[in-house]
Amino acid sequence: MSLALFALLVAAGSFGAGLLGAVTGLGGGIVVVPMLTVLFHVDIRYAIGASLVSVIATSSGAASAYVREGYTNVRIGIFLEVATTVGALVGAALAHVVPTSALAILFGLVLLYSAYRSLRGDKATAAVPPPDPLGERLRLNGSYPEAPGRVPYVVHRVRLGFGVMLFAGILSALLGIGSGVVKVLAMDRAMRLPFKVSTTTSNFMIGVTAAASAGVYLHRGYIDPSVAFPVMLGVLSGAVLGARLLAVADAVWLRRIFTAVVCVLAVEMLYKGLTGGV
Amino acid sequence: MTAPPPRRSTPSKPSPNAEVGRPRAWSDYDVEQVVGRLLQAGVILASIVVVVGGTLLLARHGSEATAFSVFRGDSSTLRSVSATLRGALHGDPRAIVQLGLVLLIATPVARVALTLAAFAAQRDRMYVAMTGLVLALLLIGLFS
Repeated sequence: MSLALFALLVAAGSFGAGLLGAVTGLGGGIVVVPMLTVLFHVDIRYAIGASLVSVIATSSGAASAYVREGYTNVRIGIFLEVATTVGALVGAALAHVVPTSALAILFGLVLLYSAYRSLRGDKATAAVPPPDPLGERLRLNGSYPEAPGRVPYVVHRVRLGFGVMLFAGILSALLGIGSGVVKVLAMDRAMRLPFKVSTTTSNFMIGVTAAASAGVYLHRGYIDPSVAFPVMLGVLSGAVLGARLLAVADAVWLRRIFTAVVCVLAVEMLYKGLTGGV
Repeated sequence: MTAPPPRRSTPSKPSPNAEVGRPRAWSDYDVEQVVGRLLQAGVILASIVVVVGGTLLLARHGSEATAFSVFRGDSSTLRSVSATLRGALHGDPRAIVQLGLVLLIATPVARVALTLAAFAAQRDRMYVAMTGLVLALLLIGLFS
């Protein structure tokens, strides 16, 4: 395949990934690595590097709007970034020793979990834990804009949230994804933040988490410009259009389509990992 | 439902138009606006550089065959910020693309540096320490 054709096809695929990722809220990064390895036979290390770069682009682009609208809790973001950046550097160090077939299997499992989460939706769990005094001491409590004024909220289980974020950082670096699913899990479930606050703050942190491991991968040669540029431009333009479409598109059907794609890629990644085809 | 008094992350300034009369260094609202603009500018600048480099790359090497199934990262010359900069100044399309990608990676790093300055101006020691740690970890990753 010539470089021009490769760039064209990869950009088109990345555009679709960015579009569906933005509309469904699952993020396009999660399908970029399987797409590159399964369809284009790109080495998984180049795929991870290209994906990380596209993750930084989309998360920074989206975060720039959310931050100015006042949804993002910058203090919670910074506090949890301590965990995700430490996790990312640990993950980048682990990536050096973990065999690529194990990475493919781990990726397959994360894809399956993401598909399961997106289909199951969010059911509210009954028992709300008491507010964490640590949240008050670290000044993490805040408020977010809603029609008449601002809605205040308090944080719960700060230590648990921090611990889950450590894991999210490791996963992000190992697989080259934003691991927004895990980040929202920590803030939604563990810390009980309002949905808008957890999704926007997660987005705010994804760029910093990805930048930590992207720096390491740059030195290892994982970031190849020829692979990364069609991915970055494709995912970014797809995500920009997806954010516009959000208001008009039928999210339920798009979510089902995206989930189906994620499942197929999960099976492919597991197969590749188990047969040593990576 | 009992909730604590409504306020933003810091008690200093609850909304942009409150406390207009009292001058204060960098409210949380100001920081959010500047951080938002910085992220936007970083992504746009990086994208322009990548588009320019990518176009040159395809124009010069578009017909060459690809071989990305074999990892040759160890022999790549574009593995550091300084080498990328040097290559880009010589007009190497691959280096120009890489420079755009480096700018993109630098965008969140610049955002952390900016928040560090903001917390320092607010004399918020706890968050200066936390942000400083995050910045140090990022710089270790980028330059080690």
